[in-house]
Amino acid sequence: MADLVAARPAGGGRGIPWGRIAGYAAMVLAVIVVGTPLFWMLSGSLKTTQEVFSYPPTWFPSHPRWENYVDAWHAAPFGRFYINSLIIMTVGTAIKMVNAVCTAYALVFLRFPAKNLIFIIILAGLMVPEQVTILPNYITLSDVFGQSWINTYQGIILPGAAIAFGTFLLRQTFLGLPREVIEAARLDGCNHLRLLWDMVIPMARSSVITVMLLVAVAKWNEYLWPLIITTTEEMRPLTVGLTYLVNRESNTQWGQVMAATVFVIVPLLVVFAFAQRLIIEGVTAGATKG
Amino acid sequence: MAISVAHHAQVAYKPQTRTARRWRPSGEALLFLLFVGPNLFFFAVFSFWPIIYSAWLSFHRWDMIAPIKQYVGLDQYRYLLHDDVFHKVLANTAVYTVGAVGGTLILGLLVALLLNQPLRGRDGARAVIFAPSLLSGAAISVVWIYMFDPRFGIIARLLDLVHLSSPSWLTDPAWAMPAVLIVSIWKDLGFATVIFLAGLQAIPRDLYEAAKVDGAGVLWRFRSVTLPMLSPIVFFLGVTTILNTFQSFDIIQVMTKGGPVDATNTLIYYVYQQGFIAFNAGRSSAASLTLFVLMLGITLLQVRYAERRVHYG
Repeated sequence: MADLVAARPAGGGRGIPWGRIAGYAAMVLAVIVVGTPLFWMLSGSLKTTQEVFSYPPTWFPSHPRWENYVDAWHAAPFGRFYINSLIIMTVGTAIKMVNAVCTAYALVFLRFPAKNLIFIIILAGLMVPEQVTILPNYITLSDVFGQSWINTYQGIILPGAAIAFGTFLLRQTFLGLPREVIEAARLDGCNHLRLLWDMVIPMARSSVITVMLLVAVAKWNEYLWPLIITTTEEMRPLTVGLTYLVNRESNTQWGQVMAATVFVIVPLLVVFAFAQRLIIEGVTAGATKG
Repeated sequence: MAISVAHHAQVAYKPQTRTARRWRPSGEALLFLLFVGPNLFFFAVFSFWPIIYSAWLSFHRWDMIAPIKQYVGLDQYRYLLHDDVFHKVLANTAVYTVGAVGGTLILGLLVALLLNQPLRGRDGARAVIFAPSLLSGAAISVVWIYMFDPRFGIIARLLDLVHLSSPSWLTDPAWAMPAVLIVSIWKDLGFATVIFLAGLQAIPRDLYEAAKVDGAGVLWRFRSVTLPMLSPIVFFLGVTTILNTFQSFDIIQVMTKGGPVDATNTLIYYVYQQGFIAFNAGRSSAASLTLFVLMLGITLLQVRYAERRVHYG
């Protein structure tokens, strides 16, 4: 199919390139269909209540109402939600990354009996979906040495501290690093911590960053576990706090709610805009190297 | 593929055994435990133990408050086996999974074939189409509730333009599942597209040239070259999407809460509902174990298939 279009004579003015036109039309259509919900969110976030509830709906807000963002910010403690999401994301990602990097390093560079068995045990972690563990984990955390960790940061973060997929990807990368360089550093008396920090991580930089981005995005989006483990408004992350704004029985303030949705989604879009290549490569690596 | 690479690397790397041949406790072993221990500990406590505990709980009746967990044998499983709601839950899970997998894979392949053409701006298009798969399922579901509203939503308007009246998507039992499916496919489409694109770009061009020399047309080349070469990717995406759909909770919780009248109640939602709304720990555990066994079966299938690829590929 590719060659159909490519085979057209370059610069030839003869005939209308229908194949190419159809290709562009289909591409534009796909982008519009996929992009409409995001456009609708932005457009809705600037509409007045009156405009939201009018029919037919308008594509662009006739009188952009920026106050929706201010109102949304005050409709719920969004400042607090932001702080909670940031804490959960940074601390959660940091713990997971330390686990992934250290485990991968140990599996590749340290000698230990039954290393393969340990690797298989860690991969088995991939087979236990979070959703199956929620109830037992809730019960576990309701009594940690006589203390309840329900509605605490450690309760939100620690059940997700282990990491299998990232460990797997980093192990693959570490295995591909030039052995001679690392051996030479070893013989020069470089200890393992220095080796890990000064050589292995810098050499595997893009893989480490990719795994970190994917972990951070997943942490930011986390919903089910924080929904269960938090019991008060001031512990909720953005995702959970946002959904409490939607009231299906009475008329939801859609202008405000869309503005609040922007709070949750825009940080992700910004990160994606800057790290698009790394993120897409990381996602693809799971399929083609796995 | 990965396994063979790893194998080569390990063969190439022969650590100089300086002192002893036999391994014995050393600083290196302690460091290994220190590095791997925390990861293993968290897996043990928060992934492996829950499975054992769920299995045990599924033989009991417990409201999560009472001090006593009453042993009831296989009663929870027997109940699920004969319960109409649970039958509906299983049917919903099947419909949801088949719909999401079919929709995501077919549309994903079409979009990937399109973006594999030498079109200007296709990298930008790929980025837009991939973006939803990174976004919070809970947040985008909120946007879709607004879009699906039959009174003032954009979808009602689009249907109106082609002289169709909008169904009450989220409150009509017949339309809630299609609505949830649309959102799921919209969200996962970009992931499938990106993976398919990587697969398409890995197909050697001379295969197409050879097929062209043999006089194969566009469709025939697609059938005889593209599809067979993509089959491992199709399999990978199929399994991944099935597993993702089994775990899909955010969209259902935010958009329908499993309703109306259980029309979108899937296995994962039932686990949550029985556990944290009905406080029926035993029944929730029995359902959650059913989900786990199903997912384990599918994963093992993938592992076996991947191994075959390594041996004969």
